Amino acid sequence: MSTTTDTTITDAPVEHPVLPMASAINQALDVAMGLDPKVFLLGEDIAEPSGGVYKVTKGLSTKYGTARVRKTAISEAAIIGAAVGSAIAGYRPVAEIMMMDFLAVCLDQVTNHAGKIRYMSGGQTPVPMVIRTSAGAGRGFGAQHSELLEAWMIHTPGIKVVMPSTPADAKGLLLTAIFDDDPVLFIEQMMMYWDVKRFGGPVPPGDVRIPFGVADIKRAGTDVTLISYGRQVHDCLAAAGQLAQEGIEAEVVDLRTLVPCDEQTVFASVTKTKRAVVVHEAVTRCGFGAELSSRIHEELFGELAAPVQRVGGANTPVPYASNLEADFIPQAHDIVAAVKRTIK
Amino acid sequence: MSQNTPAVDRPDAPDRDTLLAMFEIQSRIKLCDERFRSLLTSGQIQLIYYSPRGQECISAGWGVHLRPDDYVVTIYRGLHDHLAKGVPLRELWAEFLGRATGTCKGKGGPMHITHPESGLMVTTGIVGSGIPIANGFGIAAQLDGTDQVTVVNFGDGASNIGAFHEGLNMAAVWKLPVVFVCQNNLYGEHTPMAMSTGVEFISERAASYGMPGVTVNGNDPVATWKVMGEAIARARRGEGPTLVEARTYRFHGHLMGDAMEYMDKEERRLAMEADPVVLYRDWLLANGHATEDQLAEMEEVITAAIDDAVEFAVNSPFPDESELYTDVYADDSKAATR
Repeated sequence: MSTTTDTTITDAPVEHPVLPMASAINQALDVAMGLDPKVFLLGEDIAEPSGGVYKVTKGLSTKYGTARVRKTAISEAAIIGAAVGSAIAGYRPVAEIMMMDFLAVCLDQVTNHAGKIRYMSGGQTPVPMVIRTSAGAGRGFGAQHSELLEAWMIHTPGIKVVMPSTPADAKGLLLTAIFDDDPVLFIEQMMMYWDVKRFGGPVPPGDVRIPFGVADIKRAGTDVTLISYGRQVHDCLAAAGQLAQEGIEAEVVDLRTLVPCDEQTVFASVTKTKRAVVVHEAVTRCGFGAELSSRIHEELFGELAAPVQRVGGANTPVPYASNLEADFIPQAHDIVAAVKRTIK
Repeated sequence: MSQNTPAVDRPDAPDRDTLLAMFEIQSRIKLCDERFRSLLTSGQIQLIYYSPRGQECISAGWGVHLRPDDYVVTIYRGLHDHLAKGVPLRELWAEFLGRATGTCKGKGGPMHITHPESGLMVTTGIVGSGIPIANGFGIAAQLDGTDQVTVVNFGDGASNIGAFHEGLNMAAVWKLPVVFVCQNNLYGEHTPMAMSTGVEFISERAASYGMPGVTVNGNDPVATWKVMGEAIARARRGEGPTLVEARTYRFHGHLMGDAMEYMDKEERRLAMEADPVVLYRDWLLANGHATEDQLAEMEEVITAAIDDAVEFAVNSPFPDESELYTDVYADDSKAATR
């Protein structure tokens, strides 16, 4: 079962069309560009005829012109630098970094500039920009096109970090990101772009925004809290389904935004269940799960029935061979096993 | 103006007001720098300090061409650029001293001076990184349909970092209204240019981006003024970017306290002997562009303004400790900063 809004996975109202995540993101960009002439896009291959290597920006350059949908050279530092400067000058650029691994190429612009300029200027020059990037393993792209690096950015003060799990969340959070006055890293797991069957969902039309810092309980439960974000929310739901058959009711908390992070919802859930498992695809060591686990222990140590468990990627580069790649990515059965460690 | 023949007038010189405006900027920089170094040497203030002494004519050269709504981006050796764009002395000094009354409330410091009111938009501490950001200001002007120009300053060392290449290429492809000013002081930190750079003139690199590249004697105020004027006018007309290499010399090493053992002593002695600000002053007098009384009065006014700025800065409070947690995000209360 599910809660609150029409963005939930299992309780979808029928009136909204079911879309893949890529289309929901495209809608958000379209809505934002229609609302505000200061919104513009830049990135590699994002204009027609390709409309982005994953077709996420399909049609937008035809609708809004190539001055506002700017296809760039393969120059990540120049892309992010241009976004930083134009954001300071009053624009709301949405820069696309094709693969999250390529953040390494422009990290100086992201952390030293986008992330610090508001602070260094004493608040005089906000940097309202979004970096959209696709990420994640599971496509056989090997070590340099598959990484999830959200922990880098969470560790960088000044940058907000968003990682949606559903098309509706992706649309609502991206609209919020574009009109937010801070730099936002918006992480899209490429496995979810076009797989309607597994990851599609109803998407409300128009300018529907989801606030940052509000986690969504994607499944209510009483026995253990699974805390996750992005694609792994679906694995948590699958694991919860398996656990239910054994009489264990898991609550699945989808953080949706990692900075800011809705710790109150996490703490409230764990206070109720006394057990927590944090789940993400990024490598486990120093991943965001380590921070979450630490925060839960700091706040709720006396109330926990078991130590918080972490489920994450292997502490390795992402391998190519399909069997190894599958071993790298945490799976539902890993989550089930972690839950059982909290219950034994 | 040939530096060595101050008595010879220049038919290509600008009008007297412009000549004096350049002198005012140069003197403001020179006198400010001298005050900083004197207070640092005597231990009255402590801060990390990158002297711009010797490079005054370059900033003055573009400074007199820019409008208040034009943008400037610079680097940690940026005091001369800040002053040339009109950042007020009081707030500038207070920021250098880390005070609440500084341009950035004391949170940026000398390497991050920002004063949007003056159009001084970004000062970066990272070599070369201002270049791609300047393009962003250029895109904004282009999308707005204004004729605002962005001048981005950097050193010869920055022409060897990737951001330079990516940034100049993007600016050329999109014909951005940006002037790339390489203040070539012949050293990248502690390394002479010849040991780090494969071309004799940085301006040669412009050819590989399909943009004009010009080398000018950056110690020659009239020549610099002319080249900057052409590049800025070209950008304003929407004809695209220019790479200007202004050759100069860094009198006081990389940063204050630098022993400068990697610099040739004779080379430095000769450069300081040919102090461009002093030579320009002599030239203005020798050719009747100004009287001694006029220039002396300008210098007195600047000195008084510096006295006032130092007084203001020294007597200003440090930022409140709550400032540690503000300006991280637009909504600091909501995003975790503690």
